[in-house]
Amino acid sequence: MSSSESKMINDFVIKIATVNGTGSASANMLLMKSIFRSGIPVMGKNYFPSNIQGLPTWYEIRVTKHGYVACSGRVDIMVAMNAETYSKDVREVAAGGYLVYDSTWPRPALLKREDITTLGVPFAKLCNENFNGVRTRILMKNICYAGVLAALLDLDIEHIRQLLAETYAKKPQLVASNMKAIELGFNYAKANFDCPLPLRVEKMDMTSGYIMMDGNTAAALGCLFAGATVAAWYPITPSTSLMDAFKAFSDRNRIDPQTGRKNFAFIQAEDELAAIGMVIGASWNGARAFTATSGPGISLMNEFLGLAYYAEVPAVVFDIQRVGPSTGMPTRTQQSDIMTCAYASHGDTRQVCLYPANAEECFYMAVQAFDLAERLQTPILVLSDIDIGMNDWMCREFKWDDAYRPDRGKILDKSAIEKLEKFYRYVDKDGDGIPYRTLPGVHPKGAYFTRGSGHTQFGVYTEDSADYQLLLDRLLGKWATAKKLVPRAVIDATASSELGIVSLGSCDGAVREAMDLLSARGVALDYMRVRAFPFSEDVDRFLAAHAVIFIVEQNRDAQFRALLTVETAVEKSKLRSILHYAGLPITSRFIVDGVLAEIRPDAASRAAAVR
Amino acid sequence: MSFIAKPKIAHPSLPRNALGMTRRDYEGALSTLCAGCGHDSITAAIVEACWGIAIEPHNLIKLSGIGCSSKTTAYFVSGAHGFNSVHGRMPSIGMGANAANRRLHYIGVSGDGDTLSIGLGQFCHAIRRNLNMLYIIENNGVYGLTKGQFSASADIGSKAKKGETNFQPPIDPVVLAMTLGATFVARSFSGDKEQLVPLIEAGLNHNGFALIDVLSPCVTFNDHEGSTKSYAYTREHYEPAVHTDFIPLQQEITAQYAPGEALPVVLHDGSRIVLRKLDSDYDPTDRGACTATIQERLKEEEYLTGLLFIGPGLPEFHELNETPDGPLNAVPYEMLCPGSAGMKKILARYR
Repeated sequence: MSSSESKMINDFVIKIATVNGTGSASANMLLMKSIFRSGIPVMGKNYFPSNIQGLPTWYEIRVTKHGYVACSGRVDIMVAMNAETYSKDVREVAAGGYLVYDSTWPRPALLKREDITTLGVPFAKLCNENFNGVRTRILMKNICYAGVLAALLDLDIEHIRQLLAETYAKKPQLVASNMKAIELGFNYAKANFDCPLPLRVEKMDMTSGYIMMDGNTAAALGCLFAGATVAAWYPITPSTSLMDAFKAFSDRNRIDPQTGRKNFAFIQAEDELAAIGMVIGASWNGARAFTATSGPGISLMNEFLGLAYYAEVPAVVFDIQRVGPSTGMPTRTQQSDIMTCAYASHGDTRQVCLYPANAEECFYMAVQAFDLAERLQTPILVLSDIDIGMNDWMCREFKWDDAYRPDRGKILDKSAIEKLEKFYRYVDKDGDGIPYRTLPGVHPKGAYFTRGSGHTQFGVYTEDSADYQLLLDRLLGKWATAKKLVPRAVIDATASSELGIVSLGSCDGAVREAMDLLSARGVALDYMRVRAFPFSEDVDRFLAAHAVIFIVEQNRDAQFRALLTVETAVEKSKLRSILHYAGLPITSRFIVDGVLAEIRPDAASRAAAVR
Repeated sequence: MSFIAKPKIAHPSLPRNALGMTRRDYEGALSTLCAGCGHDSITAAIVEACWGIAIEPHNLIKLSGIGCSSKTTAYFVSGAHGFNSVHGRMPSIGMGANAANRRLHYIGVSGDGDTLSIGLGQFCHAIRRNLNMLYIIENNGVYGLTKGQFSASADIGSKAKKGETNFQPPIDPVVLAMTLGATFVARSFSGDKEQLVPLIEAGLNHNGFALIDVLSPCVTFNDHEGSTKSYAYTREHYEPAVHTDFIPLQQEITAQYAPGEALPVVLHDGSRIVLRKLDSDYDPTDRGACTATIQERLKEEEYLTGLLFIGPGLPEFHELNETPDGPLNAVPYEMLCPGSAGMKKILARYR
């Protein structure tokens, strides 16, 4: 085996171009999971349209022995099943790569490329000969390409059989028909091509102790474990699957074994205005409550978020960010709600935000969000995005500590209220800016009036300047407490570099890979990933310690950079933005190019010319 | 408004309810509304009703949105928990709060501006969910706090104080609630405390969404000649269709009803309401006929009042949701979290 061949083992990218609504998701899942079960780290990204059936969709599988979690920006094997996008798809394949296409019909010569290997498989013909019914034939064509890839890549077909058996445990006849399609493709490839390709998989042992889960499912699981009982929402892509997952988990885990009653309330609201109102009402009344939404929903929720901030009511909101402005591109990813979430609502409001970077963090941060919301008596906005929320991520198995108990914050129970002479809702007894609260129905002395209008520290309506300011300033004190309680930044710094790179959320994987690539080219960077707003003190220190700092984020207007300049003492002139807002997840290559363009303008332009 | 603070001392001879509390114990802060405002009479009726059925104040939740009417939740039962939320969105706060603890009493006070414009959606959906709360609309056809604009309940031809005429048709909350399947629909007048108090008592005991639309004249912006929501106009154009007596659980029915005239309805907790038809053709359990009659009379510029419709037995939110009988916010955490053993089982599907 040549060294160039060994380099291609367990390190390549497959991209599959299909039409949505044709069952390709199951084929892609089969491929991805069978690679994962062979012990090889794998990444999957789904690029899908805002549509139910008939529009182009792509799935990218990166087989990565190094365990990278982002897109590389390269395609080694293209499975072009969609005639509509065929010419675009062919162009995307890297030189030396492979193209698998349906050879049932003649392929236009103009799309021919000499620098790639073309593998024609008569998918339609094979399926028409072996299956009946239009719908079945379309579905099986897609399962069939999984069989072709299994032969080309040397995948263990037993893994596929096992996965099908698990998927169709209740419909065994489907296992047989799907296996037939797999074998049709597998056998055709074996008979007609040199299998396996130099670029292929080889068993490893790097996935034990790991699972594959999307961020929305992970966040829903966090809500389940955190003890959330009220979930209110309005359907919006891409947050819906979070609520669906919570409902499914609750249906299985929250039914009282004695009574059969449901220990949760799942409410589909009439709109996002109502969804957040329900969350606030339930939290105010002592339940752990949450909602999930996306940018348009956040816009609608602004007024209520201001009320919750000012009246000091806990709430947990997941914002699965998508491309804006307005309706934008609902199935494409972006980090463009950073600003609107940080200051959501009119008036002097500041909202605590968490920025998970992957599915694993979605789980832990979901639990943390409830603890913070109740401890701080304020909304917590968890900013995920489509890339994190709707793609399957390889993550370490979640560890659950059975000693965990929810931090309900400063809630006075019956005996504590009994001991009080009088209860005042907004008095800062402890000097941390966080007052005590009571729950309705607990004790006659605990009653108070909650309002979004001006109120004194005693909870009484006011239009008095001093009373108003006292309360507003105390909220700043609470903000200072929040700074100490939110998750700290993750910092990888040798302190030897003058160059820093800073990102948040789903940029993390691409930044980490870019750092490896840059380091191989002699460029050393210190890295900080910010995980929460308000920014903890380590954020200030990192920014102060570096001469030039790259800020990587996925939006046009450098919202994260703007927030850093407003909320820290950093000099603006030190910051360089690397902005990705194409709607697809940021790639490591994009970051490498961005950094090189700044520090080695010549090298970068040469790299661009070669590409 | 008055600036004199109310003394808290109660005269020993004041009557006491089953909890040993006087009416004074159910009062709230001093009203800041205009002298003679219909809303203050409704506040007084709420005090009377809560005292009458002996609700423990801290088990009562008072909800409101924004506007003159929404301010009134501060003026009754100061021992209750209040939540004065944002414009038109009190029902969602109520929905969430009720989801968290179904064992409390929920009373929402809104106005025609708060309910019939921005709040129309939430109002309708609270009815659809049969949210267990009493929802009172203090309906005066006008925006008071912003000084006299027409609201969505203003009648065609009604004149504003500044002279302009309303040409848009009104939204009638009673007819709307009937068509949406509300299970307790009433209309009353702030000037008729005798009718209003038993309606509030019954509404608080109704298991599901109870609506009372209370015509409540605005003395400052809508009590002039040409207004169809003035005291004078309302007195002339309202007509009780059904007389309601509320009989608490522990009390016997003592009133004498002529045979065929009285219709007793047993409420969720065993208390009863006895409806006495003032118009023998009106059957307050026939949704279709009631809706038709209410609409016909509205066309004739007559407001039928009383408990206009009651549909007992329809499941409220929690029954449909199959939540436990106790409050959801009191389920022990151990019953909510699957723990590390549960985690293992769950994750097995993601390998």
